[in-house]
Amino acid sequence: MELELTSVWFSLIAVLFMGFFLLEGFDYGVGILLPWLAKTDTERRQIINTIGPHWDGNEVWAITAGGAMFAAFPHWYATMFSGFYIALVLMLLALILRGVAFEFRSKDKNPKWRLFWDWAIFFGSFIPAILWGVAIANLVKGVPIDGRMNYSGDFFDLLSPYTLIGGLVTLSIFTLHGALFLNMKTDGAVMERSQQAAQRVWLPTVVIVLVFVGLSYVDTDLFDQLGVNPGISALGAAVALLAAGALIYKRQTLWAFVMTSLTIIFTVITVFRGLYPRVMVSSIDPDFSLTIHNASSSEYTLKIMTVIALTLVPIVLLYQGWTYWVFRHRITTKSHLEY
Amino acid sequence: MDALDLARLQFAVTTVYHFFFVPLSLGLSILVALMHTAYARTGNEVYMKMTKFWGKLFIINFAMGVVTGIVMEFQFGMNWSEYARFMGDIFGAPLAIEALVAFFIESTFLGVWIFGWGKLPKGLHAASMWLVAFGTNISALWILIANSFMQQPVGYKLAEYTLPNGEVATRVVMDDFLAIVTNPNIFVQYPHVLAGGMTTAAFFVLGVSAYHLLKKGGENRNVFRRSFQLGAIYGAVGVFLVIVGGHDQAQHMVDSQPMKMAAAEALWDSEDSASLSLFTVGDEKDRDDVFAIRLPSLLSILAYNSSEAEVRGINNLQAEYEATYGPGDYVPPVAISYWSFRIMVGAGFLMLGILLVTLYLNFEGSLEQHQRFLKVLMVAIPLPYIANSAGWMLAEVGRQPWMVFGLQRVEDAVSPNVAASAVWFSLITFTLLYGGLMAADIYLLRKYATSDDIEVLPIPQSPARPVPQAAYSGD
Ligand code: HDD
Ligand code: HEM
Ligand code: HEM
Repeated sequence: MELELTSVWFSLIAVLFMGFFLLEGFDYGVGILLPWLAKTDTERRQIINTIGPHWDGNEVWAITAGGAMFAAFPHWYATMFSGFYIALVLMLLALILRGVAFEFRSKDKNPKWRLFWDWAIFFGSFIPAILWGVAIANLVKGVPIDGRMNYSGDFFDLLSPYTLIGGLVTLSIFTLHGALFLNMKTDGAVMERSQQAAQRVWLPTVVIVLVFVGLSYVDTDLFDQLGVNPGISALGAAVALLAAGALIYKRQTLWAFVMTSLTIIFTVITVFRGLYPRVMVSSIDPDFSLTIHNASSSEYTLKIMTVIALTLVPIVLLYQGWTYWVFRHRITTKSHLEY
Repeated sequence: MDALDLARLQFAVTTVYHFFFVPLSLGLSILVALMHTAYARTGNEVYMKMTKFWGKLFIINFAMGVVTGIVMEFQFGMNWSEYARFMGDIFGAPLAIEALVAFFIESTFLGVWIFGWGKLPKGLHAASMWLVAFGTNISALWILIANSFMQQPVGYKLAEYTLPNGEVATRVVMDDFLAIVTNPNIFVQYPHVLAGGMTTAAFFVLGVSAYHLLKKGGENRNVFRRSFQLGAIYGAVGVFLVIVGGHDQAQHMVDSQPMKMAAAEALWDSEDSASLSLFTVGDEKDRDDVFAIRLPSLLSILAYNSSEAEVRGINNLQAEYEATYGPGDYVPPVAISYWSFRIMVGAGFLMLGILLVTLYLNFEGSLEQHQRFLKVLMVAIPLPYIANSAGWMLAEVGRQPWMVFGLQRVEDAVSPNVAASAVWFSLITFTLLYGGLMAADIYLLRKYATSDDIEVLPIPQSPARPVPQAAYSGD
C-alpha cells in the first residue's frame, strides 16, 4: 500500500511539472521572443497581452509542484532547495521581476520605464527557461548528496557541459513552443514574424536535443534505467518534435503546437521514468540517493493528500481550460489592450 | 553574523515585506467585489468607476503580493531544510492545499477579471472578482493553519526514521488531520488577521478618498464620496473585530504560550491581580524594571476576565520550562515583544478613535467642511500597516527560542549545508530588489491613487458612448 501511494505521488508531481512546463513553457517563450518580434510599442503590448490573462495561473503550477514536493517528499524539497540555493535565488529574482513587469510596464507612458520592464520580462523568462533545464539535468545526472541527505557541493558543481546543454534544451523548446503560441494568438506583422521565428528555432532545437540525448547515454544512467530501447515516451517525444517541424513549414500552427506540447509531456515522462524510484541521484554513493521511499511523508499524510489532490486537480483543469476558451480570440494591434 | 542569524534576518525581511501587501489584498478584494456587484445590479456608472478605480490599485498591490509570495514558498527548503525535514509531514500539506484551493483560484480568476471587461456577461464578471476575494481569503486560512501548528502543535506524534547512512532521526508526523485543521489557535488567529485586512483596506480607501474630497472641483467627487462611506462602514466593522479578536488572541496566548504574554507585558515575576504595563523601561539581563507605569489589576482582567487571577511571570516560567525541556534560555527578546505589542494595540485604539470621528462627521453630514480631519485620514493610511507588522513581530519573536513551540528550536531548524556567504548573497539580493520594487510600486500607487481620470468602458446598454482606446493608456 505504501509503495503504491508514494508512486502515486511521484506521478502526481510529474503531472504538475508537465502542466507547468506545458503552460508556463509558452509563457517563457513569449517573454523571450518579446524584444525580437515586436518593432513598436503597440506590437509589444500585443505580444504581452496574449499571455496576460494566463501567466499567473500558469505559474501556480510550479508553486503547487513545490508545495506537493514539500507535502509528499519533504526530504526532496529540503535537499533540493537548500542544495540548489544560489540557482534558486537567481530563479526567484527572475520570477519576481517578470511578475511585476507584466502588471507595471504599460501603467506608465515613459519609454524608459517601458524599456526597463520589457527587458525584465525578457530576462525573467530567459533565465528560468535555462535554469529549469539545468536543474532537471542535475537531478538525472546526480549531485553530491551525503549520507544525511544534504547536498555537499556548491553552485559551480551544478554547472557542467551536460547540465548546461540541458538548460539549452528547455530554452529552445520553450522558445519554439512560445513562437507557435504567438502565431496562433496574433495577427499581422507579429504573426508573420513568429512564423519565421518558429522556422528558425526548430532545427537548432532538434540538434540540441540530439546532443543532449547522446550525452545522456554517456553521462547518466537515464537510459540504462529504461533499457536500450528507450521506450514509447522517448520515441513519442522525438516523433512529436520532428512532426512539429513538418507542420510548421505547412503552417499548420495549431497542430504544430499540439506536437510541441506532446514533446514536452513525453520528455517529462521520460525523465521521471528514468529517475524512478529515485527523486534525486547521489553521485557520492547510490545508497545515498533520495528515493520515493526514504524521502516520503507518512502514509497517513499521503492518503489525505491523495484524496484532496485527486478531487481538486480536475476542477482546476476545468476552470483553467475554460479561461483559454473565453480568451480564445486573436489579439490584434487594434484590440483593447489591458497590459 | 553566522548563517543562522542571517537566515533569521532574511526570513524577517522577506515575510514582513510579503505581509506588507497581503492585508490590502485580503480586505480590498472584498470591497472591489462589492462595488462590482453593485454595478452589475444597478448598471450605475458611479459603481463602475469605483470598481475600476479601486480595482486598478488592487491589481498593482496584488502583483507585489504574488511575487513576494513565491519567495516564501521556497524559502523553507532553502534556509530551513532541517525544519522542512522535521516538519514536512505536517507543514507541507496545508501549503500544498493552499496552492490547490486558493492560489489557482485567485490567480486564474484575477486574469479573467482584468481581461474580462466587455468579454463576459456582467454577472459572471462580478462573480470572477468574488472568486478572487474567496481565493485570497482562503489562502490566508491555510497558511495560518500551518503557522498555528508552529504556535501550538496539535494532532501530531513523533516518529523515528533512518537516514541513508544508518543514523536514526526524529520527525513529527501527522496523527490527526482534522485536529490540525481545527487547531484552537486558528480560531483566534484567522479572524484577527482577516479583520486586520479589512482595517487596512478601509484606511486605504478612506485616506485616498479624503485626498480627492479635498481637491477643489474634482470631476469624480461622487465616486469618492460613495467610496468614503463604504470605507467608513467597512473600517468600523474591521476595527471593532480586530480589537475583539485581539482580546481573544491575548486570552488564548496566556494559555498556550504564557511566556509570550509575560514577555509582551514585561512581567518578570508571577503576580496575582497582575497590573497592565503602560510604559516600561526594563533591564533584560537582570530581568527587572528600571522604570514602569502600570495600571493595577488590568492584566489579570485582560487575560482571565477576573481581577484576582494570577498571571505567570518570566522568571517563574523560565524555571518551569527548564524543568520540562532541560537547561536553556527560554526567554524571548523582551523589549521587541513588549514594544511591538504596545505599538499594535496603540495603533488599534487610535484607529478606533479616528473611525468614530469619521462616522460621526459623516453621519452629521459635515465631513467635507472638516478639511483638517480629511488630512488626518490621509496621514493615517500607514497605521494598519504598522499594526500588522508589529503583530507579526510579537507573534514570531515572542515564540523564540522555539521554531515549533516545545518541539524544535530555531537553531536546530536552519539548513546545515548553506554557508553564511550564500545567505549573504540572497539577503543582499532580495533586499536591494525589494527596495527597488517598493519604490516602483509606491510610484504607481501614488500615480493612480491621485488621478481622478477614471477610465470608463462603454456601458453595454448605451452603445452610443464614445469608446476610449487602449485604456491603460499606452501607445
Ligand atoms: C494572512 C495571510 C497570508 C500569510 C500569513 C502569508 N500569505 Fe502568502 N499570500 C496571501 C496571504 C498570506 C494572499 C493574500 O493570498 C496573497 C498576497 C497577495 C496575493 O497576491 O495573494 C499571497 C500570495 C502568495 C503566493 C503567490 C500566489 C500566487 O501566485 O497567486 C505564495 C506562493 C505565497 N503567498 C506563499 C506564502 C507562504 C509560504 C507564507 C508563509 C510564510 C505566506 N505566503 C504568508
Ligand atoms: C506573513 C506574515 C508573517 C510575518 C510578518 C512574520 C514575521 C516573522 C519575523 C519578523 C520573524 C523573525 C523572528 C526572529 O528572527 O526573531 C519570523 C520568523 C519565522 N516565522 Fe514568521 N511571520 C509571518 C508568517 C509566518 C508563517 C505563516 C509561518 C509559517 C507558516 C512563519 C514561520 C516562521 C519561521 C519558519 C521563522 C524563522 C525562524 C525564526 O527566526 O523565528 N511565519 N517571522
Ligand atoms: C487593539 C487591540 C489589539 C489587541 C489586544 C491585539 C492582540 C494581539 C495578540 C495578543 C497577538 C499575538 C497572538 C499570538 O502570537 O498568539 C496579535 C497578533 C497580531 N495582530 Fe493584533 N491586536 C490588536 C490590534 C491589532 C490591529 C489594529 C492589527 C492590524 C490592523 C493587528 C494585527 C495583528 C497581526 C497581523 C498579528 C499577527 C498574526 C497573529 O498572530 O494573529 N492587531 N494581536
